[in-house]
Amino acid sequence: MNDWKHICSLEDIPVLGARIVRRSGLPDIALFRNGKNQVFALEDQCPHKKGPLSQGIVTADAVTCPLHGWKIRLESGQAAEPDVGCVPHYPVRIETGEIFIHF
Amino acid sequence: MDGASSFSQSPPHSPSGMKPRLIMVGNGMAGVRTLEELLKLAPDKYEITVFGDEPHPNYNRILLSPVLAGEMSIKDIILNDRDWYHTHGITLHTDTRITRIDRTRRQVLTASGETIPYDRLLLATGSRPFMLPIPGNDLPGVLSYRDIADTNAMIEASRTHRHAVVIGGGLLGLEAANGLRLRGMEVTVVHVMPWLMERQLDPAAAVLLQKSLEAKGLSFLLGKETTELLAGKSGRVSEVKFKDGSTIPADLVVMSVGIRPNTQLAETSGLFCNRGIVVSDTMQTYDPRIYAVGECVSHRGVAYGLVAPLFEQAKVAANHLAEFGIGRYTGSVTSTKLKVTGVDLFSAGNFMGGDNTEEIVLSDPAGGVYKKLVLKNEKLEGAVMYGDTTDSAWYIQLMRDGKNVSEWRNHLMFGQNHLGDSGHTGNANASALADNAEVCGCNGVCKGSIVKAITEKGLFTLEEVRKHTKASSSCGSCTGLVEQILASTIGGAYQPSEGKNKPICGCTEHTHEEVRRTIRDKHLLSIPEVMSYMEWKMPNGCATCRPALNYYLISTWPHEAKDDPQSRFINERAHANIQKDGSYSVVPRMWGGLTTPTELRAIADAAEKYAVPTLKITGGQRIDLLGVKKEDLPRMWSDLSRSGLVSGHAYGKSLRTVKTCVGAEHCRFGTQRSMGLGVKLEKMLFGMWSPHKVKLAVSGCPRNCAESGIKDVGIIGVDSGYEIYVAGNGGIKTVVAQFLCKAADDAEVMEIVGAFLQLYREEARYLDRTVHWVERTGLDTIKQKVVEDKEQRKKLHERLLYALQGAENPWEEIVRDPSMKQAFEPLEA
Ligand code: SRM
Ligand SMILES: Cc1cc2nc3c(=O)[nH]c(=O)nc-3n(C[C@H](O)[C@H](O)[C@H](O)COP(=O)(O)OP(=O)(O)OC[C@H]3O[C@@H](n4cnc5c(N)ncnc54)[C@H](O)[C@@H]3O)c2cc1C
Ligand code: SF4
Ligand code: FES
Repeated sequence: MNDWKHICSLEDIPVLGARIVRRSGLPDIALFRNGKNQVFALEDQCPHKKGPLSQGIVTADAVTCPLHGWKIRLESGQAAEPDVGCVPHYPVRIETGEIFIHF
Repeated sequence: MDGASSFSQSPPHSPSGMKPRLIMVGNGMAGVRTLEELLKLAPDKYEITVFGDEPHPNYNRILLSPVLAGEMSIKDIILNDRDWYHTHGITLHTDTRITRIDRTRRQVLTASGETIPYDRLLLATGSRPFMLPIPGNDLPGVLSYRDIADTNAMIEASRTHRHAVVIGGGLLGLEAANGLRLRGMEVTVVHVMPWLMERQLDPAAAVLLQKSLEAKGLSFLLGKETTELLAGKSGRVSEVKFKDGSTIPADLVVMSVGIRPNTQLAETSGLFCNRGIVVSDTMQTYDPRIYAVGECVSHRGVAYGLVAPLFEQAKVAANHLAEFGIGRYTGSVTSTKLKVTGVDLFSAGNFMGGDNTEEIVLSDPAGGVYKKLVLKNEKLEGAVMYGDTTDSAWYIQLMRDGKNVSEWRNHLMFGQNHLGDSGHTGNANASALADNAEVCGCNGVCKGSIVKAITEKGLFTLEEVRKHTKASSSCGSCTGLVEQILASTIGGAYQPSEGKNKPICGCTEHTHEEVRRTIRDKHLLSIPEVMSYMEWKMPNGCATCRPALNYYLISTWPHEAKDDPQSRFINERAHANIQKDGSYSVVPRMWGGLTTPTELRAIADAAEKYAVPTLKITGGQRIDLLGVKKEDLPRMWSDLSRSGLVSGHAYGKSLRTVKTCVGAEHCRFGTQRSMGLGVKLEKMLFGMWSPHKVKLAVSGCPRNCAESGIKDVGIIGVDSGYEIYVAGNGGIKTVVAQFLCKAADDAEVMEIVGAFLQLYREEARYLDRTVHWVERTGLDTIKQKVVEDKEQRKKLHERLLYALQGAENPWEEIVRDPSMKQAFEPLEA
């Protein structure tokens, strides 16, 4: 699976919110929308203890994991200091309000 | 001069296209801290050049004592290495003294004759040790104790010489003496006064201190006035001579008799000085282009000699240099600690007392403990502690907050633990802990890693320790202990969190109280409005400030302000508790802990239908269905709602449970109908959002089977009516509720409880439980408003009822509204 896949429209994700994208046989993706209508895709598993990042509070450039409050950068999937860890991130394209993820 | 009004605020001018040039003179702790704060606010605003006459980059001067004592090396105490200056585009000239400021041409002159132009100038020249004006004070072997050069010279002397004499029995002198002794010298401390540290200690305490230092091998000569230092054959100092004619041998003399603000440069350049460079509340000198911070400064007539206040000055100066313009420096409460391992001595504020002050003193010479508290107008003004410094952080906080302490006068001396603190005091003595002792149970951080982070990263505040180590960043019960570790590691440089003036989070400079007031006064109705009106630094805030703002908005303007689900923690968005595996738990409300066969059947049916793995009776007298999939939540709620079950808000900063006992309805001892009142209260409060969770209990008689004594509001039935208790807590730290008042009947209880909780909703900071709020406000003030002033009580109660009018079961709301339901459904890839 190595191509762009249409997922949903921008409106389907709340501003400063997220949706879960389910994939068969693979971990879920968390799809985030920030205040500037940028969209980011991370694997929905916190590097700490696999908390569902899609359920966290979303800020301009990060999401706070709902389980123990790690901050994960939306762009890179990197945990903010002092925590160390990283989750896979996927390229996202927005075309006339439609969202595509590159797997 | 205590305002900025006389100073121009116009931005600096510089040749067009170039950044304005900021020059800093004095590469020490206060100056560099100002630059750090400035870089945080406006990283690209200035072209920065720094001149320091020491050969080193910025280091932690206060840790020179552990260096002298051989507990640390110079390398350990560097705060900003050369890379740091480089990374931030700062040009650093070490070993370079500035000799003049040409204010007309706006340039500084170096000792080697170079001139460098500036648009803004920052003076941070620190202070100079005072040398007694006696013959021989310039002999080889006579030193002061101020910088790395002095420290190295002392270490060097300790290798080749035997007799050290330290003149001055204050903090610094004692630290020098202790260090030299540890380096193997025979040390005598000479002090002109009859007892040590006469400014901090009374004679009894000073004797305790002296004894413990004598046990470490130091000798003391008290009440001795030094008149001359005599040279030996080699020309080096060899003897100290006193007024009474006697002498003692000395091949090293360290003078530690005080410091003077280093104003020479400022004075010769025509800046107004008066025992320090005189500055305004915005840290500007009489020349508005020139700022000054640190020990060289005189602010409102005070020159500070400890780092904590200097860091506060740094913050304000940076604010102003960044043209943020909101900060003001209004003076500080200072504190300090003797950094001699094994000796616990701490002092803060005005510990000398004076007109109209009272003193509370505890003196236990045999037990090695002395404590003195200085009070003025029912407020704590100063404190000195010897032997047991556990409560130092608490005392500093009380002083900073200017809190009225009359309520606990009797307990003050015994510290916060004695008061029944609310989860913010360590219960062990920090210095006695081993390095591998676990301090933060939530994040598994031990003492050793905290100390390491503090020294290696140069941390000064609790927030910094939280950020770097995670200790105390979760449940907070180890906060007191972490504060103690900070205090004992860096001594008086420890900056207790700013209490009253603490901003909500890093996204803003504003405090909880300011935000709340502004939302009310300006009738702000949404988070973006607040952020833009109050100039939030981060465009969308963070997970700390957004939930707080959301709560302040909806509690201040019920039915008007816009609730923002994305600014709520997931539990409040999903109306269920998130579990470690990402599933949820569902807790239906059981009013007053009562239930019916229909409800139980509905729960049983739902549990089967949605394959709920665990059913549990909670500690709150109701049933928890644990392990539900998120996408099943709306359907399950819909099923439960059909049998009349509603959300129990087990997840919210909101009304949780009202526990009851069987009461006079059934019990042979019951004096009041506790189940009935419990259900009425729970119904009255249904849908109430609050700063933190709120738990109630109603017991039918003083046997108190509903555990009313540890609830936010606890009610106990007595023959003549009810007793109401408030601000108990059964959580992280157990705190027994305090008696508020008696009430005659159910209606009166409901009004008083409603008023109390409304006042809590209107006044407490977000995430304060009632216990924290009452501790901060004082029960008497609250009693006045909700018990004595009947008019106000009624109004508060009415405001609560208005806010809760039409409160709906959130489950049904979501089931009904397709756009809300969407959040529960995954997308497919
Ligand atoms: C379910 C329950 C335990 C149980 O099985 O009995 C429970 C479960 C949780 N409690 Fe509790 N508490 C439960 C009764 C209590 C009680 C007892 C009581 O209410 O009578 C207390 C002490 C009383 C008190 O609050 O003063 C209690 C003190 C805490 C605390 C510490 C609060 C404090 O201020 O010190 C927390 C942490 C917090 O809220 O920040 C907490 C937090 C939690 C959380 C919500 C942790 C979290 O944030 O996810 C737990 C959710 C577990 C889950 O996944 O569902 N729980 N918790 C109880 C639910 C009662 C209910 O029906 O609503
Ligand atoms: C041994 C020791 C222990 C201490 N312990 C504590 C403690 O436990 N707690 C506490 O709070 N405080 C303590 N202090 C005090 C604390 O270190 C000072 O308050 C703090 O360092 C002052 O900061 P500053 O930036 O104002 O001055 P400094 O840190 O002294 O910096 C001023 C710098 O400017 C340089 N300078 C001066 N004039 C010029 C010029 N014309 N051109 C170029 N450079 C110049 C100086 O050489 C110096 O490097 C201690 C001090 C010492 C010496
Ligand atoms: S005590 Fe409360 S917070 Fe701790 S594990 Fe048990 S339920 Fe969870
Ligand atoms: S699982 Fe994300 S912070 Fe612990």
